[in-house]
Amino acid sequence: MILSNTKIDAIGIKERVARLQSRSIKATSKQQALNLALSMIDLTTLEGRDSPNKVRQLCYKATHLHENFPDLPNVAAICVYAPLVKTARHALQGSNVKVASVATAFPSGMSDIDSKLDEVKRAAEDGANEIDMVISRGRFLSGDYNYVADEIQKIKEVCGSAHLKVILETGELVTLDNVRIASELAIQSGADFIKTSTGKVQPAATPEVTLVMMQAIRDHYIKSGKLVGLKPAGGISKSKQAIQYLVMLRETLGQSWLNPKLFRFGASSLANDILMQIVKQNTGIYQSTDYFSLD
Amino acid sequence: MNSLNLQTDWQYDPAPQSTDHINLKESYDLFINGAFVPAKNNNHRNTINPSNEKIIAKVADAGPDDVNLAVSAARKAYETSWSKISHSERGKYLFRIARIIQERSRELAVIESMDGGKPIRESRDIDVPLAAAHFFYYAGWADKLKYAFPGRETQPLGVAGQIIPWNFPLLMAAWKIAPALATGNTIVLKPAETTPLTAMLLAEIIREADLPDGVVNIITGDGSTGSSLVEHPDVDKIAFTGSTAVGKEIMKKLAGKNKPYTLELGGKAANIIFADAAIDQAIEGIVNSIFFNQGHVCCAGSRLFVEESISDEIIFKLRERMETLIVGDPLDKNTDIGAINSKEQLKRIQEYVKIGQDEGGELYQSKCKLPNTGYWHAPTLFCNVSQSHRIVQEEIFGPVLAIQTFRTVDEVIEKANNTPYGLSGGVWTDKGAKIFKVTQNIRAGVIWANTFNKFDPSAPFGGYKESGMGREGGIQGLLPYLKLNPC
Repeated sequence: MILSNTKIDAIGIKERVARLQSRSIKATSKQQALNLALSMIDLTTLEGRDSPNKVRQLCYKATHLHENFPDLPNVAAICVYAPLVKTARHALQGSNVKVASVATAFPSGMSDIDSKLDEVKRAAEDGANEIDMVISRGRFLSGDYNYVADEIQKIKEVCGSAHLKVILETGELVTLDNVRIASELAIQSGADFIKTSTGKVQPAATPEVTLVMMQAIRDHYIKSGKLVGLKPAGGISKSKQAIQYLVMLRETLGQSWLNPKLFRFGASSLANDILMQIVKQNTGIYQSTDYFSLD
Repeated sequence: MNSLNLQTDWQYDPAPQSTDHINLKESYDLFINGAFVPAKNNNHRNTINPSNEKIIAKVADAGPDDVNLAVSAARKAYETSWSKISHSERGKYLFRIARIIQERSRELAVIESMDGGKPIRESRDIDVPLAAAHFFYYAGWADKLKYAFPGRETQPLGVAGQIIPWNFPLLMAAWKIAPALATGNTIVLKPAETTPLTAMLLAEIIREADLPDGVVNIITGDGSTGSSLVEHPDVDKIAFTGSTAVGKEIMKKLAGKNKPYTLELGGKAANIIFADAAIDQAIEGIVNSIFFNQGHVCCAGSRLFVEESISDEIIFKLRERMETLIVGDPLDKNTDIGAINSKEQLKRIQEYVKIGQDEGGELYQSKCKLPNTGYWHAPTLFCNVSQSHRIVQEEIFGPVLAIQTFRTVDEVIEKANNTPYGLSGGVWTDKGAKIFKVTQNIRAGVIWANTFNKFDPSAPFGGYKESGMGREGGIQGLLPYLKLNPC
């Protein structure tokens, strides 16, 4: 595997992020951004106590975001653990909302390759449209890049038609240089998407890490013409944050990525905050959180 | 290489900074001896907003009589009050000015952008905070001069004549006034004729701070006013920031006279990108080095040197990045590049772009739409140029970058030094040893490593060769305003 110049200047990234975050998004452009962000959400529940009913409730929410605003887009996908894929698939029948399944001994990835392959196969057979795998961070940090790359390639092979999202778990990779290297490994090994975090490790998605991943995606596109998607996940709960990510996306990757096919937010409470902002934009009034369903 | 589509369906709506809170007068007088007085000859000139060519205000035009009045007010203030009060008392006034600048920062930023054309993001986040920081910094030195120069007694020079440029009007006024006051001098300051307004606001602030009458006098006018000030026999020191041509005139005028001067003049800085640099951050550094303040920056990195092995990638990425720069209304919070300061400057930049094309340079400009009224220039690159091209040799003072490639460290050091200027420079590499090698061998007053255009009041700034003499900022910035006597 040949990596490009993967050097990242952390201070420079911070400055660029600060500069992008100072963009002022108002009026129609804000309205558009809110709708776009909503359509990019992977509505997520990833807890040990998740049950079929919990997932059914979430699926209903995904397709009925706000009854007073029927023109709103649906969220992009529901993201669940592998054993709940069937339930979600069934509950979402007839809608355009995709089912994403985390897999490969999520969130730690501490399992052998055969178990991981089995898990991914089963999730795909159960109807998952998207597989969110984790990389083996221990192997990565010990310098065994080939192991990490091989693992991603093997998993990609058993995904079938399902899209593969590769979670780097950037909170465990320590440096932005590592984030860049891991991004390139994942992209070159066949990832359809690269994703920042499991949401189980702090820090989860940060604008700095996301920008570095965007730049890796852009550089791959410049060289190969291939479009790889991106999913920041964890810690994005407010509309304002989501809009700042979209600004970063617009000015780093541009038009082709400004849609749910190539950009997602992994989030649970973000959807309600965006809905609250959309209601505010339309009525001029902030409503109580009691008016937004919690599923 | 595949291009990105950066023309997106999702566009940013205008986000204009409100101007409700600012009070502009129709006409501004001279600030002499603590009062606003009309010019003796009653002459005025208009100051216009370069982004729409509308007249903002009338400003008095000081003649030789007014210069006389201002200098004698400064002399009297020096003798009767400013050289007599305690050093800590001087410091208090400076702290007070710094705080009022902070309090009125929004107003100062908006007026700076209206009068000079720079984006509100820069005037708000850079110019005004740095101006306040300079007053805070030198306020701290006022009562510590004997610690700054141990074993020496410090003595102020007397009346300082200060002439400042139009690219950072308020900030340059702060760079000049703060150290002069902290060291006990009194001042006659002349702002540039295209950007006098924030200096007049600073006059109001100085009055609000209750500075003794005549300690700071601000007289507006053009080069002839500046010339009278330089030649005035009762001025003890000249501090000038501006073009090298005018700097040379000043040196001629002061030759043989026992009048010290500091000159901060032009530049044609080398910004050097090595193949082992963090590429995307270097791209940002290039953008910042040449497009900051429309390129109206004496320390702009207007000569880019890129290691040959990465030059295609750098130029490709730089062009892509230029498409995301927002050029337009200086008062819009999203604007990256504002208006060119004046019609004359725009003409000068356009002439240089033509020279570059005539000389065979390969031109690239971002495809941004420029407004119909006002003075605007698209961000511009020239490739295929060499040290022998005029656009590589001469200061353009606009958003025009000349790009050359190099192969070895020694080669790039030699080329970086191959200029009459020596104000600044930049080096981008992941290797510490390379940074030291380059910075130690380039003759320039400031060289940034893996960043560009960073300013701090504690860091001295100034040039080698035809970029000037003397330093502003830091402990070194005190020296041009002091005599050091044995104690």
